[in-house]
Amino acid sequence: MRAVRGLDLAVARGTVCGVLGPNGAGKTTAVRLLTTLLRPDAGSARIAGHDLVREPAAVRRSIGVTGQYASVDGDLTGRENLRLFARLHRVRGPADRAGELLDRFGLAEAADRPASTYSGGMRRRLDLAASLVRRPEVLFLDEPTTGLDPASRTLVWDAVRELTTHGTTVLLTTQYLEEADQLADDIALVDRGRVAHTGSPAQFKALIGAYVEVVVADPDVLVKAAGVLDQLTGAEPTFDHERGAVGAVTRDATLTLPRLVRELDAAGVPLLDASLRPPTLDEVFLQLTADFEERVA
Amino acid sequence: MSVLAYEGTALLGRQLRRMRNNPGLLILTQTMPISMLLFFGYVFGSALAMPGGEYRSFLVPGLLVATAANGIMTGMFQAAQDVHRGVTDRFRTLPISRAAVPLGQALADVVVTAVGTVPFLLVGYAVGWRIEGGALEAVGAVGLLMLFRFATTWVGIFLGLLTRSEEAAGQLGGATFMLPLLSNAYIPTDGLPGWLRTVAEWNPISAVTTALRDLFGNAPVPEGAAWPVAHPVAGSLVWCAVLIAVFLPLAVRRYAHGKR
Repeated sequence: MRAVRGLDLAVARGTVCGVLGPNGAGKTTAVRLLTTLLRPDAGSARIAGHDLVREPAAVRRSIGVTGQYASVDGDLTGRENLRLFARLHRVRGPADRAGELLDRFGLAEAADRPASTYSGGMRRRLDLAASLVRRPEVLFLDEPTTGLDPASRTLVWDAVRELTTHGTTVLLTTQYLEEADQLADDIALVDRGRVAHTGSPAQFKALIGAYVEVVVADPDVLVKAAGVLDQLTGAEPTFDHERGAVGAVTRDATLTLPRLVRELDAAGVPLLDASLRPPTLDEVFLQLTADFEERVA
Repeated sequence: MSVLAYEGTALLGRQLRRMRNNPGLLILTQTMPISMLLFFGYVFGSALAMPGGEYRSFLVPGLLVATAANGIMTGMFQAAQDVHRGVTDRFRTLPISRAAVPLGQALADVVVTAVGTVPFLLVGYAVGWRIEGGALEAVGAVGLLMLFRFATTWVGIFLGLLTRSEEAAGQLGGATFMLPLLSNAYIPTDGLPGWLRTVAEWNPISAVTTALRDLFGNAPVPEGAAWPVAHPVAGSLVWCAVLIAVFLPLAVRRYAHGKR
């Protein structure tokens, strides 16, 4: 079984690359390979100019890693953790650096409690702080905000933005299109271990457009509504019979909510609800893989 | 080398803080030998041919070595816990020597064992154990004990990195409790049937226990024993050298490569 194959990526210095994909797409395996935790069977990579396979020690000197599997020591306090990492990174004044980071990530009050007593959000912030005791050239963030409260997420996002202004390159994996949109200069969509699509967030949005969905009261008019959607979007509509809903992806920027409602009204479809929103990752994903298969066919 | 010393010391400090913040395992491993000394010394001691006082003097070195052999359990548990919690992977992404983390763990374990030896020997003194030989020999005995602990800890670290699960480490660790039962730590081996005696005397615990009894002057080297017991100091040093030469490189390799 290969979790990653044909994964080609180039990330420019000082930019954020968002690796976007559903669970099981191979994102974590890719990060584990690129951070020297796993050895690749084949292929090559350069991190901050160092060959991944031949110079793993040089790679480790250039990187910081925060992921759900690479964790700080729960038996140590937050302060003890950061001091230890600062010392191992040969930072001058490890105690001062630890204090600085604790303040910056809102952990000063909990600094002298064992990290095992921290909430999920605090723990993740401590994890990130531990990767930043010495500013890394390349920072790997593996799903840094999965399961975080909005306040912690904002803190993490701000920290990432600040790092890139100082020239750090960030590779971020995420399941959230919104997160990639907020942070990434470039997005790589991965599926089954390979890159399915790359582009800027703007290109992605233009490419995938929006998701239109209408809900009707009478199941008999559902097919009629789907016909209207088909005409407007040119995309295959998907049904949710239980909710009496039908939806489709559109790339037509002139398709607005009022126009959608007018068209459906003209076709004699009584509406309960209509919405036009950015698509979820799953919808993007289905759409792009469908396109890919179409091109191949 | 100085790099490894610096990093090893930092990680030794980490292990000591870890034990201070979470003293459960520490309390268990430190109080266990004391309660065993009192239990075995008075309950079993009353049923043995040896006079009770003499048996407790015999038992103190045996329990010291049996406790040192628990380095397998402690080493395994801590290494597996670190893997399980992702701490090992975090350290593996750091620009530090591949030997620093396991070395720090092994050294911290020896330090804690050395400190734990003090209350145990005080209780031993209270129940009649004495240093009956020279002071230099007694220092040698403690040194040998620490070397043995250092060796067993590496066995444990390797097994912990191999099993990667705290539960498996706990279960396997329980099995290490059996090891001293098949040695001369608690009983003299000369009463055992021939083949069983051979097995018991080739148990590294027996060589180290005999060396300690000899160096503390508690009991003479038994006659007609297998080579490691008949030459207990040399036998102990060879056993420790073999264990370290095999398990230290295995553990460091395992640590460096992670899971395959």
